[in-house]
Amino acid sequence: MTTLHLDWTRCRGRGGCVELLPELIGRDEWGYPLTATDVPVPRALRGAAEQAVRDCPRMALQLSPRFAE
Amino acid sequence: MSDALWYLGRGTGVVSLVLLTLVVALGVATRSGRPLPGLPRFAVTAVHRSASLLAGVFLAIHVGTLLFDPYAGLNLVSLVVPFSAGAHPFWYGLGALGLDLILALVVTSVLRDRIGPRVWRGIHWAAYASWPIALAHGLGSGSDASTGWMLTITGVCVATVLAAVGWRVSERFAEVPDLAPVPVTAPPLVGTGPPEGPR
Repeated sequence: MTTLHLDWTRCRGRGGCVELLPELIGRDEWGYPLTATDVPVPRALRGAAEQAVRDCPRMALQLSPRFAE
Repeated sequence: MSDALWYLGRGTGVVSLVLLTLVVALGVATRSGRPLPGLPRFAVTAVHRSASLLAGVFLAIHVGTLLFDPYAGLNLVSLVVPFSAGAHPFWYGLGALGLDLILALVVTSVLRDRIGPRVWRGIHWAAYASWPIALAHGLGSGSDASTGWMLTITGVCVATVLAAVGWRVSERFAEVPDLAPVPVTAPPLVGTGPPEGPR
């Protein structure tokens, strides 16, 4: 399964991924994403995940089968 | 035919200025991490990107038409090498300089995955230089620069970018402030006795 990997060293809580993937990513009280570092992405959310990766201003997201368990 | 090229070149220049103004303002908004009225955060980024590419298209038409236009008297070299044009070398040169910078911004953004965020961000600061250069090029080269309608457009564009930059440097700009760097120096050790020896 495709997995969304979050690079916490790059993330600055710009919030785009939280809006695009509300099913997978919450928002903590400091504005940072509330999620595991590697999140399995269901097929239905694949498109939104790809947009989140493409549009993350910090390039903190990576979509890859590499991180699959 | 040459009239058509000339008018298309002028018109696309005006549209490019308006689009570049929108791109700068949306770029600043993207950096803030805040949503805009009617635009969620991800949409601010997406519209910033789309408007940039659209501005690139209009710039390509602007440059392409004036390349073949006999009035402008430009060639391929003077389009990209600043201050090398035969006529109006300074004002056309600013246009070439702005074009080069914007080209660098677009190419590095398209190849962002390849070059990494540090280099990309470093080059992206050139956006703040490219906009005033493009504006000055329009004021100096634009055949319509002194008309009332163009002065109005220019004024709105300047006000928009000034407001965006003013917001950018203001105290409460970012929704999520960057973390303060961790101090390198350790606090002084007072009253903790002699330091421990090597283990």
